[in-house]
Amino acid sequence: MSTAAVQTKTQTLDAGGLYYRDLNERLLELVNEGAETVEILNVNGQRYLGTNLQRPVRLIVHGIPGNDLGAFMDGPQITVLGSAQDGCGNTMNSGSIIIHGSAGDILGHSMRGGTILVKGNVGYRVGIHMKEYETVRPAIVIGGTAQHFLGEYMSGGVLVVLGLNLDSDELHPTHFLGTGMHGGVIFMRGRVDASYLGKEVGQEKMDDADNWLLQRLVQEYADTFKVDSEGIFSVPFIKLVPRTKRPYGQLYAY
Amino acid sequence: MAWADSENRYKQDKVYDACGLFGFIDTTGAKHDGNKVVAALNSMKERGNGLGAGYAAYGLYPEFNDHYCFHTMHSDEAHRLELDTYLRKHFAVVHDEPIPHKHVQEILDPPVVWRYFLFPQSAHMVGRSEEDYIVHEVMHINSHFEGSFVVSSGKNMGIFKGVGHPEAIAEFYQIQNYQAYMWTSHNRFPTNTPGWWGGAHPFGLLDWSVVHNGEISSYGINRRYIEQHGYCCTMRTDTEVFAYAADLLVRRHHLPFEIAAAVFASPLWSDIERMSEREQRIYRALRQTYGRLLMNGPFTIILAKSGVMMGLGDRIRLRPLVAGIRGGTLYVSSELSSIYLVEPEIEQTWMPQGGEPVIGRLGTAPQAPQEHKQVHRVVAQGVEA
Repeated sequence: MSTAAVQTKTQTLDAGGLYYRDLNERLLELVNEGAETVEILNVNGQRYLGTNLQRPVRLIVHGIPGNDLGAFMDGPQITVLGSAQDGCGNTMNSGSIIIHGSAGDILGHSMRGGTILVKGNVGYRVGIHMKEYETVRPAIVIGGTAQHFLGEYMSGGVLVVLGLNLDSDELHPTHFLGTGMHGGVIFMRGRVDASYLGKEVGQEKMDDADNWLLQRLVQEYADTFKVDSEGIFSVPFIKLVPRTKRPYGQLYAY
Repeated sequence: MAWADSENRYKQDKVYDACGLFGFIDTTGAKHDGNKVVAALNSMKERGNGLGAGYAAYGLYPEFNDHYCFHTMHSDEAHRLELDTYLRKHFAVVHDEPIPHKHVQEILDPPVVWRYFLFPQSAHMVGRSEEDYIVHEVMHINSHFEGSFVVSSGKNMGIFKGVGHPEAIAEFYQIQNYQAYMWTSHNRFPTNTPGWWGGAHPFGLLDWSVVHNGEISSYGINRRYIEQHGYCCTMRTDTEVFAYAADLLVRRHHLPFEIAAAVFASPLWSDIERMSEREQRIYRALRQTYGRLLMNGPFTIILAKSGVMMGLGDRIRLRPLVAGIRGGTLYVSSELSSIYLVEPEIEQTWMPQGGEPVIGRLGTAPQAPQEHKQVHRVVAQGVEA
């Protein structure tokens, strides 16, 4: 392949001052013209990046993308060199989102497939109503810690919280963890206060399949952000699962 | 809820999302023109739908430092003259003029906007304090004068608001020409009540201002409580109760902002049970005394009065709030990107917990709470990557 051809497959787009609709349209044009990687510069608050690109294109986002980054996304790989806002990965179907900063509330809201890796902390209600179907299983790995209602109403998928920025004796500050959870699994590395857990979750012993899954996801995180995976495994993980598949089955049954 | 065609370039059949908030206080007292606040608010244009926007500015009228400034709106000149006569009878008016404004295509049929610099005369105050007299008069005007109302009534501050997008309202009032050490702003997406000039945010009383994203589900009981204390809700929206409740708690009951925050967004009982015995006594007493000022439902507000700005979200954070610091300036906003837009060199940013107030005070360097130390460290690394 000639150098020129390689160059055309990598495109640069300046998002400075562009309205989100115009930015997403321009992005789609570039991808339709054959771009495989698009570096988007000066992103500031533009929403729905990656939503309309239904193929495995690579986006490198410089700045702070707006809400619903990768919403309904099907295929692309997004790398954010900055922090994401709220609603990132909303109902995403496949592909990956890698965030080098932090992420806001409802990360992975109703996520159906694909992977999200966040180097820093995340906001409220992360993984709310994540789901899975047969072999399609979404996963979120968080390097820092999470604010309240992590895994709320979760019905499938995998959430991993590493707490790498907590001190060794520091508790995860996450209250109401797994409230309403009725499917999927949450792995928390480090200390979790049992009284902070939602009523619908319980702790379960890890089996070989869990260890294999965790090993794979942590390795992906470690390779992506260039940290030592052995160090991560020097602190034990806790596995949280729903106590029942229908926590509110009796709620309105008089 | 339709946009004007000129705004709706993409022929959207529905409009998404909620209100947008942005505010900052330069605690050194240095003044900034309105460009920054307008740019930040406008970057969150999708959070509103053109049915309301507004700005509150502090340190605005140093030449009238000792006088209350009433920003007023009137449906027409006749109604203004009616209020004019009333004001001259009940106050000493030292200066008055139209609020400078300019024709903007998007803004249809704006009201008459005026400002009065005045002070109360003791003969009328009948034993009331100056501030109580102002509150009494503003409540009287806003509930008795059809076609006129007072938008803000503090010293050295003012509220500029109306029906339109943030940039249109800014252009209408020429916001960029004002200099202030503290600005708050709002981009409205009205949900339960009409979009009208008086219903745009900020809401004000004395030098209080409040902007709000969300809805106060407990509005009925909050309203009845403050009405018992002499306030009248006249703006056809829930937000104004915050301004009056803050006036009651902070000015009249002498409570600090931190305690007012614990009344509006009280810790959950399950959190109170985890506190020390002394703290439990305080928080139980607050809930017992001021339970009817608990603001239930999803909200984020920026509450301000001369020298102080507070960002506060509801207890389980059903609306967003982010904060940032650079040097002596504290920023709060609905979205992180708006802070980066106007302050690319921001030093710390964090997401306050639900119910956790973010407070900036003139003369005190702002600090991020210790427990959030990890958040901004990681953010800073990410942005540099």
